[in-house]
Amino acid sequence: MTEKRIQALPFRTRAAMLARLFAVQGSWNYEILMGTGIGFCAEPALRLLPGGLQGVAYREALARQVQYFNSHPYLAAIAVGALARAELDGESPAHIERFRTALCGPLGSVGDRLIWAGWLPLCSVLSLVAFALGAAPLTTLLVFLMLYNVGQLGLRIWGLNVGWTQGMRVASALGHPALRQGPIHITRAAAVLGGLALPLLLHRFLEESRPLIGLTTVAALIVAAGLVKLHGRLEGSRLALLGLALLAGYSVIPW
Amino acid sequence: MNVAEVLPLAFLGAVLGLDVVSFPQAMISRPIVASTLAGSLAGSATSGLLAGALLELFALEMLAVGASRYPEWGTASVVGGAMFAGMQPANWAGALPVSIAAALLTAWLGGWSMYLLRRGNGVLARQRLQELGAGSRSAVLGLQVTGLTADFIRGGLVTLLATLAFAPAAQYAGREWAFGTARSEALVLALAVATAGAAGWRLFHAAPGARWLFLGGAAAGSALAALR
Repeated sequence: MTEKRIQALPFRTRAAMLARLFAVQGSWNYEILMGTGIGFCAEPALRLLPGGLQGVAYREALARQVQYFNSHPYLAAIAVGALARAELDGESPAHIERFRTALCGPLGSVGDRLIWAGWLPLCSVLSLVAFALGAAPLTTLLVFLMLYNVGQLGLRIWGLNVGWTQGMRVASALGHPALRQGPIHITRAAAVLGGLALPLLLHRFLEESRPLIGLTTVAALIVAAGLVKLHGRLEGSRLALLGLALLAGYSVIPW
Repeated sequence: MNVAEVLPLAFLGAVLGLDVVSFPQAMISRPIVASTLAGSLAGSATSGLLAGALLELFALEMLAVGASRYPEWGTASVVGGAMFAGMQPANWAGALPVSIAAALLTAWLGGWSMYLLRRGNGVLARQRLQELGAGSRSAVLGLQVTGLTADFIRGGLVTLLATLAFAPAAQYAGREWAFGTARSEALVLALAVATAGAAGWRLFHAAPGARWLFLGGAAAGSALAALR
């Protein structure tokens, strides 16, 4: 192991890493998943290793960082920061590889619960409520985009900083209350707004055909119950495609 | 549709298709955004938003988790939103169901194209494993740039092909549609609301009490709608 050094990451390096994080899944594939992307994002920091771009340390570190890796794309920022720090601190290759492997599972599961199953649906249903209440197209878009991106951008910046600051001790950051309890509160908020959105949308779309609202609601409830019951065997979008194809056939073909 | 009308849509589809996974994942590819943007290109942002809101309900069903295969809503929403906005001036009864059906088909086509792209990226990565193992910076940059470029082209092609394929069929179906406008839209709406409702019911299982909050929200929404 080389001598341990604590370095402040130069602003330009940090900015380059953050910018690259937006393309962390640019070459995502079934072989090494986002492995190349992690190396791509950590690469500006690796240039600070002894010998720079032409150094052996740089090439060895980059080779380690492009191996198989999987994580939620936004929380990959934590991994990139922590792995860059570990490399610059001169941790042993075996230690870094074990650490890298250990990061995959938690960053994937926490990110999926926090973002894909929490934050994204919350922002989505909030924009649907705005639309159902009569918001203009631009307002509806801004509600969704501003709220969602404040969250995802903040998470990436925080992730890179905490990863860099904590290095190999970053596991404690995953115990942050926002990551542990956040998904539950966000899911609850999404549940309230989701429930609110559906009847409002029915009225928004059928406001000129009010007699159809009751029938449409009953039909939606029956179909939803069927979809819940047949979970894993039938998807709503496929059922909709079948229903619309039948409707088109009935409506267009002269019987 | 002529080339001058299709090319801007294909470019928008390329940008939004890229956003789904590769860059920057700012969710400008979500149906409520993508369809509205496509609608504004086709002449009516409001029509695009109407189609986008319905597609957003369908999109809530699938979580874009890691290596799973899922519909690709960026290009699909461009196709659906532009189609609906383009059919609106004639006020065809079939405009909404036909546009939504075209978008759903495109979403599955787009998902399949993403699967092919990821396999292609894998082949390229395998070919450069030795260089990656040697810590080659150019190999890393090359794979990233190739993957991003290929995804951009994929999104554009999916949008272009879907628009060209579905537009004539949509025009015909829209013209000949015999089922009433209100009943057609009610059917699409029932399917979209049912899909989102079922997805929510399953999703909210993860948080204690969330299903009760969902039902409470629905009751409040119904009351609010009745008062409006």
